[in-house]
Amino acid sequence: MPGQAANPPAWLGVSRLVAKRVLSALLTLLLVSVVIFVAASLLPGDAAQEVLGQSATAEQVAALRHEMGLDRPAVTRYADWLTSMLRGDPGWSYIAGMSVRDLIGTRLVNTLSLAGVTALVSVVLAMTIGLVSAINRGARLDRALNVVTLSLVAMPEFLIATVFVLIFSVKLVWLPSIAMISEEATWGETLRSCALPVACLAFVVTAQMARLTRAAVADELDRPYVEMARLKGVPLRRIVLFHIMPNAAGPVLNAMALSLSYLMGGALVIETIFSYPGLASLMVNAVTSRDMPLLQACAMVFCAAYLALILIADIVAILANPRLRA
Amino acid sequence: MRWAASLPLSGRIGLALVVFWLLVAIAGPMIAPYPVGRFVDQEVFSPLTGQFWLGSDYLGRDVLSRLIWGARYTVMLAAGAAALAVLAGTSVALFAAIRGGWIDEFISRAMDTLISIPSKIFSLVLVAAFGSSLPLLLLIAALIYIPGNYRIARALAVNLAEMDFVAVARARGEGALHIAWREILPNMIHPLLADMGLRFVFVVLLLSGLSFLGLGVQPPYADLGSLVRENISGLAQGSSAILSPALAIASLTVGANLLIDALKPGGGH
Amino acid sequence: MTDPARPAVEVSGLCISVELPGGSSRPIVEDISFAIPKGEVLALIGESGSGKTTIALAMMGYSRFGGHISADCIRVGDMRIDQMDAAGLRRLRGSRVAYIAQSAAAAFNPSRTIIAQVIEPLTVHGLASPAAARQRAIDLFRELALPWPETIGDRYPHQVSGGQLQRLMAAMALITGPELVILDEPTTALDVTTQVEVLNVFKSALAKSGATAIYVSHDLAVVAQMADRIVVLKDGRIAEQGEAAAVLHQPQSDYAKTLLAASQPVERAAGPSRADSVLSVEAVHAGYGRIREGRAAMPVIADVSFELGKGQSLGVIGESGSGKSTLARVIAGLLPASAGTVRLGGETLAAGLAERSKEQLRRVQIVFQNADTALNPAQTVFDTLARPLAFYHGITGAAASDRVARLLETIQLDPALARRRTAELSGGQKQRVNLARALAAEPDVLLCDEVTSALDTVVGAAILELIDGLRRDLGIATVFISHDLSMVRAFCDEMLVLYAGQAVEMCAKEAFPGSAHHPYTDLLVASVPELDSAWLASRGGQPGPAMPEAQVTGELCRFLPRCPLVITGTCDRLPPPLITAPGQRVLCHRHGKAEPSDQEHLVTGASR
Ligand SMILES: Nc1ncnc2c1ncn2[C@@H]1O[C@H](COP(=O)(O)OP(=O)(O)OP(=O)(O)O)[C@@H](O)[C@H]1O
Ligand code: SF4
Ligand SMILES: [Mg+2]
Repeated sequence: MPGQAANPPAWLGVSRLVAKRVLSALLTLLLVSVVIFVAASLLPGDAAQEVLGQSATAEQVAALRHEMGLDRPAVTRYADWLTSMLRGDPGWSYIAGMSVRDLIGTRLVNTLSLAGVTALVSVVLAMTIGLVSAINRGARLDRALNVVTLSLVAMPEFLIATVFVLIFSVKLVWLPSIAMISEEATWGETLRSCALPVACLAFVVTAQMARLTRAAVADELDRPYVEMARLKGVPLRRIVLFHIMPNAAGPVLNAMALSLSYLMGGALVIETIFSYPGLASLMVNAVTSRDMPLLQACAMVFCAAYLALILIADIVAILANPRLRA
Repeated sequence: MRWAASLPLSGRIGLALVVFWLLVAIAGPMIAPYPVGRFVDQEVFSPLTGQFWLGSDYLGRDVLSRLIWGARYTVMLAAGAAALAVLAGTSVALFAAIRGGWIDEFISRAMDTLISIPSKIFSLVLVAAFGSSLPLLLLIAALIYIPGNYRIARALAVNLAEMDFVAVARARGEGALHIAWREILPNMIHPLLADMGLRFVFVVLLLSGLSFLGLGVQPPYADLGSLVRENISGLAQGSSAILSPALAIASLTVGANLLIDALKPGGGH
Repeated sequence: MTDPARPAVEVSGLCISVELPGGSSRPIVEDISFAIPKGEVLALIGESGSGKTTIALAMMGYSRFGGHISADCIRVGDMRIDQMDAAGLRRLRGSRVAYIAQSAAAAFNPSRTIIAQVIEPLTVHGLASPAAARQRAIDLFRELALPWPETIGDRYPHQVSGGQLQRLMAAMALITGPELVILDEPTTALDVTTQVEVLNVFKSALAKSGATAIYVSHDLAVVAQMADRIVVLKDGRIAEQGEAAAVLHQPQSDYAKTLLAASQPVERAAGPSRADSVLSVEAVHAGYGRIREGRAAMPVIADVSFELGKGQSLGVIGESGSGKSTLARVIAGLLPASAGTVRLGGETLAAGLAERSKEQLRRVQIVFQNADTALNPAQTVFDTLARPLAFYHGITGAAASDRVARLLETIQLDPALARRRTAELSGGQKQRVNLARALAAEPDVLLCDEVTSALDTVVGAAILELIDGLRRDLGIATVFISHDLSMVRAFCDEMLVLYAGQAVEMCAKEAFPGSAHHPYTDLLVASVPELDSAWLASRGGQPGPAMPEAQVTGELCRFLPRCPLVITGTCDRLPPPLITAPGQRVLCHRHGKAEPSDQEHLVTGASR
């Protein structure tokens, strides 16, 4: 094609774009770490005093302060904290008397598997609901789904959880209300005990995701190229799949990443209610006991996971856009 | 009233629920049958009776009275935090959008950073750091929802700032304050009110979630989330002491959501 | 069935109505009847909102806003559109009745290749295999005079020009060999020079395919080239219909007469001859992005100069993107010039707004193209007009009400409108308020940026008339920015032609006829359609551009890639000289030289 030789190859542009997104995400993560560090260091009172209690002598406190490094300037402490985080060793919990890394260890895996299963269930459900709503836009089905999802996104998780427990554990006695995860448990037992937490989480996440998906697709439905396709006699199903989806891929992926990030907030309540041994319930405990090193580490893990989700959605959207690939 | 009648059914239900809870929050102390902390029942978790319309709680207190007071805290805290968040977010957004340049970039980057900390996670860090007295909870909730409002308000303001009528005002020689206040802001009111409604819902969910975890409103005060938490032992009996505050929160947030959805242009279909 | 006398398309008693929230319904169009003989083109003309597109789309059984279509008969060939079900309509759309939309840029899906969309009518209706469809598309591309017919289809819509995209859409419509083609303002979004090419191609392609066509347009001169029959619409009803020549030359209805009159503005007498200069623009350069060493990062305007006296009017003309609005923004101070000076009376104006005095700002007022965005929808008409009164003249209270009422009178609006919100006005009313706001400042210079291009011809003509009267009465120097040559010629004392940001020609009204012009000016003049239906044919093949898409660098003539009269060896090496003659300034090597035919270096008619 004349005039094309001069342009740089397309993959170069795409990889440059991807590299830019990755760098921007890393920068954001760095800034987030500053915010979390600063917020956590603003403790009114002294962390050493906190650990030792009121009865401690001034010398004891001073010694612990020194051991904890609280007598060094904030910038040095931040630098140390950041480098040790990067090395995968986020410090020592004085409250639990354990390394934060060991505390987090298996709990992270538990939370990730809970989130993974929930994500799988909700993506499938939400895509179906979102597309069905958009295709039937304005029809009775769409309006009904709108009210249902709208109500679900405004439900507090603990209401859904208590109602589920009441029905399935207390009244029907089908499923346990405590999620037991142990080495000895069989697959079937693990699944049964996780059914309620997953269902509760999936409920709200699915509703959120379905709404955002519908909105992204419905936005495209109003575009003139859709009318043109209809006037060419293209059936609506084909329009949605072949004409709209390439354009809506970015917003839909973004919607998914955003709703999945909701899992993290939801997990706080759900893990606590079902005594699920995950990272979120650990974090709640860290707040109660004011275990700052642990709290900071948990917060950073959640933020990193959130940013990673958004980043992946962004990159997939870039790769899925044929105009950028061309 | 004509306006209310023009709403779709879901919107009218939402409006009714929101108005109901606002009235409860305002007039609550006058209609509560018992003082909020008094032990009035010999039994605990007693069912609905003529004397205790919503039964009694785990210490034998009147659930209805506690619910009314809880709703007052929930609604007032959330309304205050939402209004504060929108006020602060929008002011900063207008400033950034009109100034432009590196100031805008700096503020936007800072807000982007704050927005990429999931709100519940952020609230835990802040509560751990500062504590959870009522004014602090209000400030924390407002702080967490400022960046979201900033984003929306800035996008609106930037779009409006590029409109020709703003160019006309600039060419006339108008100052930045006139442009922000008289030309741009009046065109943002509707979406901003809708956003405030949404943020109200978010704050209700956030604060009751925190209270449910025992990290939010602390005794002797109790919001609706605290009521669910303190009566959790009644769950096995399906006690109304736990179900009614949970349902109260849901009816408030669902109602607000339905109303906002019906009000947005083309909403409620 | 094949009765030759039977028209190919027949419509009778067509009504289309929309349902209102209360349950009642409002008719959009009523009682429409017409017939089109096979192979002929019927034009639907009328102003915006008259129901042109609504009627055309009803031929496909489609209504944009869910309107209800009822008719005694809508027949295309042997198909009764009014009796078809949804599945039947779907089979017919794109295969037997095809649609060409106003904006190809919007109607193509940005994320799919062009060819995938062009062959879709064949493949979804199962009329051809993908390979055969592709071949057919390439043949059509060639027929529609598209460059690189073999490969252009593999591009995405944003990778081709607007004129090419419009032709590609024609290929998409014609690919199934439909019986009826609907063309909905297919050239309105194009520049006038591109429009001619596209019209030519459409006309021959339609003739070749033998399809019957409905051509929707608001432009009588364009319709004159395309149509055999014309239906004139007003407020959803037929005002007049008949043979094209009859409607255009002996209109019967009052409405058609008004429409014709408005489309041919009468030339006004020139204003007072060069009085003391009010506005003078000297060697102005401007662009967007950061300014470094007198150059903007994205330069748009280069070396533009002109002078304007009290009560005079200057027309600035050029195609979209040539920098007309940019020039106006520079003069108003909204966009600081990167080099050059703007003088008002004797004073030199600072480049930016902040350094200009209030008085200087008052004396230069700008009226924007689109009144929808130029008026704050949250304000009332009174707020809008009272603000400049208070700001510049300190007039408030009862005095302000008086002045607002008088202003509304000046612009011929009912003073009762003052209490309305600007969002509640019609397009023409908005544009008048937009103008009144500028007048409220009592300016010396009025910059009018395409003030009528968003309006219907009749409404726009009235507003131009109004501005013309005001500048004569009040002695306001006026800059008219427009892409419409006939309007500029009618209303302006002088004309400035911009091409790619360069002022290629400056010409006084008296000097216009007869004198030799810049090749771009000639191209513009030759591209403005005339009411004469033979115009398009008589125009014949204009010599094509001499150079393929060369990148013009440095100081060379920017028209070089498109210039049919290029002097090789000169134009591609030296910057064009500015040749000055009485009442004229031209930026061209050829100007003042011998006629083109004497030049041996001349390259003509080179193909793209
Ligand atoms: N804010 C901007 N930033 C960068 N480039 C711009 C901006 N505004 C306009 N341009 C570019 O400057 C050039 C001239 O634009 P301008 O609006 O002056 O054209 P115009 O002649 O008024 O066109 P039209 O007839 O479409 O109104 C165009 O190439 C345009 O893309
Ligand atoms: S300078 Fe040369 S290329 Fe430019 S317009 Fe004149 S003849 Fe054409
Ligand atoms: Mg313009």
